[in-house]
Amino acid sequence: MAAKTLTIDGKEVSAEEGATILDVATDAGIKLPTLCHLDGVYDVGACSLCLVEVAGMNKLLPACTTKISEGMDVKTDSERLRKYRRMTLELLFAERNHVCAVCVANGHCELQTLAYSQGMDHVRYDYSTPKWSVDATHRLFGMDHNRCILCARCVRVCWHIEGAGTKNVSGRGARATIITDLNQPWGDSETCTACGKCVMSCPTGALFHKGSTAAEMEHDRDKLEFIVNAREKKQWLP
Amino acid sequence: MVIDDLNAIAEKEQAARKKTVIRCCMAAGCMSSNSETVKKNLEQAVKDAGLADEVEVRGVGCMKLCCEGPLVSVDTQDALYEKVTPEDALELVKTLKGGKTKVKRGDFNHPFFKKQLSIVLTNSGEIDPERIEAYIAADGYQALHHVLRELTPKEVVEAMVKSGLRGRGGAGFPTGLKWGTVAKTQSAQKYVICNADEGDPGAFMDRSVLESDPHSVLEGMAVAAYAVGANQGFIYCRAEYPLAIKRLQNAIKQAKTLGLLGSGIFESPFNFNIDIRIGAGAFVCGEETALMASVEGKRGTPRPRPPFPAESGLWGCPTLINNVETFANVPPILRKGAEWFAGIGTEKSKGTKVFALAGKITNTGLIEVPMGTPLRQIVEEMGGGAPDGGKIKAVQTGGPSGGCIPAEALDTPVDYDSLTKLGSIMGSGGMIVMDETTRMVDVARYFMEFCVDESCGKCVPCRAGTAQMLHLLEKILNRQGTARDLAKLEELCDMVKNTSLCGLGQTAPNPTLSTLRYFRKEYEELLQPDPFGPGRNGEAKKSQLATK
Repeated sequence: MAAKTLTIDGKEVSAEEGATILDVATDAGIKLPTLCHLDGVYDVGACSLCLVEVAGMNKLLPACTTKISEGMDVKTDSERLRKYRRMTLELLFAERNHVCAVCVANGHCELQTLAYSQGMDHVRYDYSTPKWSVDATHRLFGMDHNRCILCARCVRVCWHIEGAGTKNVSGRGARATIITDLNQPWGDSETCTACGKCVMSCPTGALFHKGSTAAEMEHDRDKLEFIVNAREKKQWLP
Repeated sequence: MVIDDLNAIAEKEQAARKKTVIRCCMAAGCMSSNSETVKKNLEQAVKDAGLADEVEVRGVGCMKLCCEGPLVSVDTQDALYEKVTPEDALELVKTLKGGKTKVKRGDFNHPFFKKQLSIVLTNSGEIDPERIEAYIAADGYQALHHVLRELTPKEVVEAMVKSGLRGRGGAGFPTGLKWGTVAKTQSAQKYVICNADEGDPGAFMDRSVLESDPHSVLEGMAVAAYAVGANQGFIYCRAEYPLAIKRLQNAIKQAKTLGLLGSGIFESPFNFNIDIRIGAGAFVCGEETALMASVEGKRGTPRPRPPFPAESGLWGCPTLINNVETFANVPPILRKGAEWFAGIGTEKSKGTKVFALAGKITNTGLIEVPMGTPLRQIVEEMGGGAPDGGKIKAVQTGGPSGGCIPAEALDTPVDYDSLTKLGSIMGSGGMIVMDETTRMVDVARYFMEFCVDESCGKCVPCRAGTAQMLHLLEKILNRQGTARDLAKLEELCDMVKNTSLCGLGQTAPNPTLSTLRYFRKEYEELLQPDPFGPGRNGEAKKSQLATK
């Protein structure tokens, strides 16, 4: 394959023909914010976080799906791009119910991490607080639609890595939702192999292992009584 | 089929023409007001009067003045009858023998008809769309013969480039350039798609073309397929157009029977078949990449371009996608010559454009005018202005992707570039007229709601951004919005426009942006004082917090 040379953020780099801007930027040590991208499955260019400016193009292009060309001049960072990325994150937070404090993914959530790294310190839009359900019918996993950002990583992993084709997207617009088989409870799915790849691919807390949610945390209530007794009654033995 | 056979069909058809032709509109608009029974009664009345040998009652495509339907015309009287009821049929037939009728007479000399220039709609309202012989008698399939037997594919592309035809789907991409790109791509398999997924509210041009003259689209597609080297075509038509689908199916069947579609057309090595694919009700499937996904049987969602369909389209093969009206322009261009076509219109927008006039206007219906016709001539002269002496406030073009053009700018010539300059687009041809009673913020809200409903949900800006914009517009309309909300709305318009994945999202802010540009006062009048005063990003000033 022929090699191509291009400029990314003023840095001259070479790359193989057919590589995407995202591949080349990552190789060059430039970290682009991504959310719907997942190494190993094809890209769809849906989250609009990795949009970059390419000289001579009047449109912003998603780095994950745009193939490089000779002499391309790419800018991955600008005041305008930063603003758009922050707004995209704000829109995601306002769209469904993302409450980090009680989320299974708190601390290891890609959405949360991106919000920190992109300087999204608050959401200026009104939260839409929609009512979404939780599917806890599967014996190992659960799906909380309140946390879903519709990146469809789980769908791609399910179809193209596991080959089970259990997960899918149904409906459109804000009503779009991830479904199992023909919109059946996950626990009833005959195609799900319970491989757990979807859970591992989920950037947020929408898909989770059972037992990991805040509500499922085991509390030792007796310990509380012990402390109170110890403090107030100076009683150290239960 | 050779040219002599084609000419024989045309001659036979012309010879069979009766002295008088009563045309009865059989397009969806008139049929919804019972034109089918009108036609049946006319036929019966003609038979009863013993005129069957002299008078033909012909069901034709759209007769254009839709608001006055069902329409009936009698060619020997040069008369147009409006709002004809089934009971009027007998009386109308009696006029042929000198009787009088009280049925409302239309005026073919009205600017609505006089100022039209028909290229695409030449056969509309003239011929029976359900008979291929009628199309052949009107020089049908002559262009295909000319192309197949006398021109090389390269020469066809050159003719299209020379004609200056631009895509009639809305964006106005040069058709010849698109054909040339697909033609140059090396591939054993190529496809041609006709985009008949017309979905803009208030637009019905493509439907009328398909219902009135389906063969012109088939012929255009066949010419295109020859030029680019494709052997399979698809027409993607929305399910909401059952009559158009029925007439297309019928037309394809007839063309196949006569050997005008299929293998070895006109005894040349060229093969071409057309299949119909029916949409399932998603507006976004009018976007070419979503349309192709839908044809492939997948969920109709767009994908980023490049690669463009010309390079990688249906099943990864080079694919030519054009709109119904674009294809319908092709046979006349090749029949009459590219120079003839290039002589019509403006410098950068050639030919004519079909518009569907709707809204607060006296004459609603279908018009075809040369590019560069001033908007004022269309809405005031041809459309007859606002009904009941109202005043026109704005004209909306381009549907949810377009904008509102204020009355002050009515002298603008209608062409791609002038409309873009005004913040609207040519669009596919929907033209909705609004009068003084229309609140422009309502208009913006209506189109935004449409986009929220029709967003496929794939990319974040379009899915979540349009929902937030709708929320802000509703807040402003409910008199709960502040200047801060308006600023947020404008910021979102800019963001959604620049970051959305496909045309739907990229143009969704246009109705809001254009109403903000020309009718900002209407927004501002609805705003409430900000309880926190001016601040940045929701931060209240220290002094204000202290007094709370």
